[in-house]
Amino acid sequence: MRKRIGNRTLYFPSRPSVNGFYSVVGEKESQGPLKDWFDLSIGEGHFGEDSWEKAESKLIESASLGAIEQAGLKNEQIQCFFGGDLMNQCISTNYALRTLQIPFLGLYGACSTMAESLLMGSVCVDGGFCDHALCATSSHFCSAERQFRFPLEYGGQRPPTAQWTVTGSGACVLSLQGDGPYITYATPGKVVDAGITDLNNMGAAMAPAACDTLLAFFEDTGTSPSNYDMILTGDLGNVGKKLLHGLLRDNGIEAIDNLEDCGCLIFDDEAQDTHAGGSGCGCSASVLNSYIFKKMRNKELKKILFLATGALMSPTSSLQGETIPAIAHLLQIEAERSQPQ
Amino acid sequence: MKNFSKKEYQRIVSQHEKSPWVKNLIWAFTVGGLICVLGQFILTTAKDMGLSKEDAGCVTSMTLIFLSGLFTGLGLFDRLAKRAGAGTIVPITGFANAIVSPAMEFKNEGFILGVGAKMFVIAGPVIVYGISSSIICGLIYYLLKGGAPL
Repeated sequence: MRKRIGNRTLYFPSRPSVNGFYSVVGEKESQGPLKDWFDLSIGEGHFGEDSWEKAESKLIESASLGAIEQAGLKNEQIQCFFGGDLMNQCISTNYALRTLQIPFLGLYGACSTMAESLLMGSVCVDGGFCDHALCATSSHFCSAERQFRFPLEYGGQRPPTAQWTVTGSGACVLSLQGDGPYITYATPGKVVDAGITDLNNMGAAMAPAACDTLLAFFEDTGTSPSNYDMILTGDLGNVGKKLLHGLLRDNGIEAIDNLEDCGCLIFDDEAQDTHAGGSGCGCSASVLNSYIFKKMRNKELKKILFLATGALMSPTSSLQGETIPAIAHLLQIEAERSQPQ
Repeated sequence: MKNFSKKEYQRIVSQHEKSPWVKNLIWAFTVGGLICVLGQFILTTAKDMGLSKEDAGCVTSMTLIFLSGLFTGLGLFDRLAKRAGAGTIVPITGFANAIVSPAMEFKNEGFILGVGAKMFVIAGPVIVYGISSSIICGLIYYLLKGGAPL
């Protein structure tokens, strides 16, 4: 059976099921609007470790163990782990895998990693290569700041377009059989570079990538925004979300009222001083693996598009004056086990 | 994506990049001014206690640097600087913060390649170009004076 729809979209007829999911977040996130939805709050960012990197590693490890337990499985039953993070060489995930002892395929998609790992996990499960796959990612405000920006105590000013890296991790177990939510379609993103160089305006760099993938998906499947309860982008933030509305309008998709963004949902920007919203791999991962999947389990959301966006620059490329390339991977997620089309 | 022009997009993006500059200016002016008032207070007090103008200047710089370092260590400096911006960065307090904050941050990488090497990661360029420009100014001054023997 051909599983490719149109030019860019993948179809998963066996409907891989999200059987367990778990989210772990930091203190700021646990005080935000979604505070009641997360599974675990680590409080102060160290999580009992002596470095931010070790803390982040423990985040992804805890989220993974939580998801495995919720799926009613044991580590050894997970046949493949798809994951990555923002740190150089993906150390947070690599080091977490030392103790997890699960066959591991590391991914780097910056903040799009949750969608990328789910896409790869779905391909693996739907293709019959494994019965249970784990998809996870994480980010930590403090480890990201020191790698990409300034030391924490440095007295700089953040512009209004800057986003706040989420301290958090989300993980889920995809299985061949289960009660859902189900992953039914996926569209891998292309690298889109809109010529943005401002590291403090990631939303602007990523919005065109989100638009590109979304349009490709609609074209391939013949669907439109009104077919979905929610179109959820990863971490465009307030600025990127507004820009995405404009880009979609330019391409013939008028006024979408079901467009949401994890970066806008996770913080109360006014009260929490997070400027344009949340960002980081952990942003979409923690929101999807708590609020969204829980709402899908109780059927408040029946069919959504999840579209995590990533900015693919590095501190080196930015110093050399390079623009910011971005990517967005899309997944169609359904709550009901309806018959495949 | 069919209808997309990078130029047009960047123009739209720039409309979203407006900083609240009036508020920022008021904060910077007030906090920067207050730091200078504090400096003047220390300078005057030191002179009143019998120090020479030069020594009193040293005491002022040292005190402000110490206070900046202390407040950075206590995690208070960045909270003020977040609002005050140039008001805290431009005086000597900003320089002290730029050295103390990476020293704290990179402690985990050890005292040699962490604290020692990274301490000047932000302030380093200021030192390099500060010294370079003072050499150039000195040379110009020397040549304008007719290149007399030193």
